[in-house]
Amino acid sequence: MTNKLKGIAASDGVAIAKAYLLVQPDLSFSKSAISDVAKETDRLQNAIDKSNAELQQIRDSAAQSLGEEEAQVFDAHMMILSDPEFTGAVKQKVTDEKVNAESALDEVSTTFIGMFEAMTDNPYMQERAADVRDVTKRIMAHLLGVELPNPALIHEEVVIVAHDLTPSDTAQLNKKYVKAFVTDIGGRTAHSAIMARTLEIPAIVGAGSVTTDIQADDEVIVDGNNGDIVVKPSAEEVTKYRNLAKEYADQKAEWQKLKNASTETANGVHFELAANIGTPKDLDGVLDNGAEAIGLYRTEFLYMDSPELPTEDDQFEAYKAVLEGMKGKPVVVRTMDIGGDKHLPYLPLPEEMNPFLGYRAIRISLDRQDIFRTQLRALLRASAFGNLRIMFPMIATLQEFRQAKGILEEEKAKLVAADTKVGEIQVGIMIEIPAAAVLADQFAKEVDFFSIGTNDLIQYTMAADRGNEHVSYLYQPYNPSILRLIKHIIDSAHKEGKWAGMCGEAAGDPIMVPILVGLGLDEFSMSATSILKVRSLMKRLSTEDMAKLTDAALNVSLSNDDNIKLVKDNVK
Amino acid sequence: MEKRDFHVVAETGIHARPATLLVQAASKFNSDINLEYKGKSVNLKSIMGVMSLGVGQGADVTITADGTDATDAIAAIEETMKKEGLVE
Repeated sequence: MTNKLKGIAASDGVAIAKAYLLVQPDLSFSKSAISDVAKETDRLQNAIDKSNAELQQIRDSAAQSLGEEEAQVFDAHMMILSDPEFTGAVKQKVTDEKVNAESALDEVSTTFIGMFEAMTDNPYMQERAADVRDVTKRIMAHLLGVELPNPALIHEEVVIVAHDLTPSDTAQLNKKYVKAFVTDIGGRTAHSAIMARTLEIPAIVGAGSVTTDIQADDEVIVDGNNGDIVVKPSAEEVTKYRNLAKEYADQKAEWQKLKNASTETANGVHFELAANIGTPKDLDGVLDNGAEAIGLYRTEFLYMDSPELPTEDDQFEAYKAVLEGMKGKPVVVRTMDIGGDKHLPYLPLPEEMNPFLGYRAIRISLDRQDIFRTQLRALLRASAFGNLRIMFPMIATLQEFRQAKGILEEEKAKLVAADTKVGEIQVGIMIEIPAAAVLADQFAKEVDFFSIGTNDLIQYTMAADRGNEHVSYLYQPYNPSILRLIKHIIDSAHKEGKWAGMCGEAAGDPIMVPILVGLGLDEFSMSATSILKVRSLMKRLSTEDMAKLTDAALNVSLSNDDNIKLVKDNVK
Repeated sequence: MEKRDFHVVAETGIHARPATLLVQAASKFNSDINLEYKGKSVNLKSIMGVMSLGVGQGADVTITADGTDATDAIAAIEETMKKEGLVE
């Protein structure tokens, strides 16, 4: 029977495929005594062999579809699997204590996990506990004869159904066959949502109980434009959504024609549309979608994807690849934004009550100057290969900016003295802290540009954690209070002859774009996949009309909802 | 039995990639190979054993190999250590 579900539309598009449930099976067991030791150790060896064969297969598949680096985690798993201190100890326990393999495995694994997790002064080792857990799960599944989901081995078109998707889950997916994501929890800024937009596949998050409402191999329709999920659709529904999918594909083809077009409004005013990226690998998407610049290069992925602090040379290569790939178009690189919800296994940070209000981003950089200077040197060296702009995140005070810029100047002077070529670099700040927004007129005298980070600016202005669903109603990008702050930032920049951009989700949002055009924002940086849609929207707007609309949005409207209605009524 | 002392200079000590490569190198030989640090000795063919030692920068460690291919084993391990910048 057909079943309709609803969630948060997180990535556009329509897909129809079979469900693939990415959920953990029941691995519970009971401890029992055994009499035939040889038989039990054979059973254990058999499970280990099967796990090993499976891991080898997953490793090869991951190396092929995702690259050698992503595949390395499975090498580590195989190594643990053949570790004499681990599986050897399990065998010993079965033999000595005459207990079943499941309980021996569980006890040995618990000891190791406990030992690794106890190394609180060594976060790298604490992370290894997760590897032991993964390997244990795999052996246990084979002992119990249940199947673990192996997303790396998917070889037909599927809709991924999961409670939530973590970076390590998505790293294992073969993108060729994944047509859509549907998850129980999460919001538009969840990892799964961002990933889906990067892959340009539809996604619906926060749909409640999809992992119980949808069975493996059920046919599922995912309408990422509206958040509708149809399970086991009727023939009519399949036809209806196939048409919708075609319409969406046609619309995308229409947008594609704007790839090489300049971004201009109906009355001929130019705006710059830029892309947000995380790694040099994202460049293809940037160029395919006709971006005029990179407005935000999130360098923290360099740190997060590495087992230790990335070296100056590693960073230099990454920055150079992006700058060269953009062929002289501007590239705004944000220095390391670690902390908050982003942690590094090898860089222990103190536990904090309010990590978003704590030790993160520029605050770490100014404190750990060894890390900061390495990054700045890599950037300075790379600046000779393109049009580099450096942006400091989470600046709250002028003094922080001056100190950061001073360190940059020191490193530059050292490199120049050593005859290293350094290009012209604009230096700006991300405005996401209300204190910096309010003082934008003073900042504008000293910086080369502003880039507004809306997600954080909204959460800090509203004092509402964006991950907390009880207060998610306060995530109000169109609230006149937020819009007035944004206006002040843009006007302050212009008064000093500087430019202002925006690099949050809002820059590609169809309600926000008309308002920002009215406010005269210079640069809009968004997911690459939103660029052509926004270019098409801007062609229909006139700056004069939008200035009037914006005046009403800031001075007449009293709420977020008033402004949604205002834009919907006036922009067709 | 072959025995050699090393002084670890790498900033990160022996973990992550270097640990993996050392275990891979040791596992190619039949000899019993051990890594000693601060009075504790672990099987160098065991990644969990090696990592559990938590060998950091500046550590003095001893590697012993016992078996028919002990000499080759120690040589191969020393080569890996140098290649990975663990020792000078």
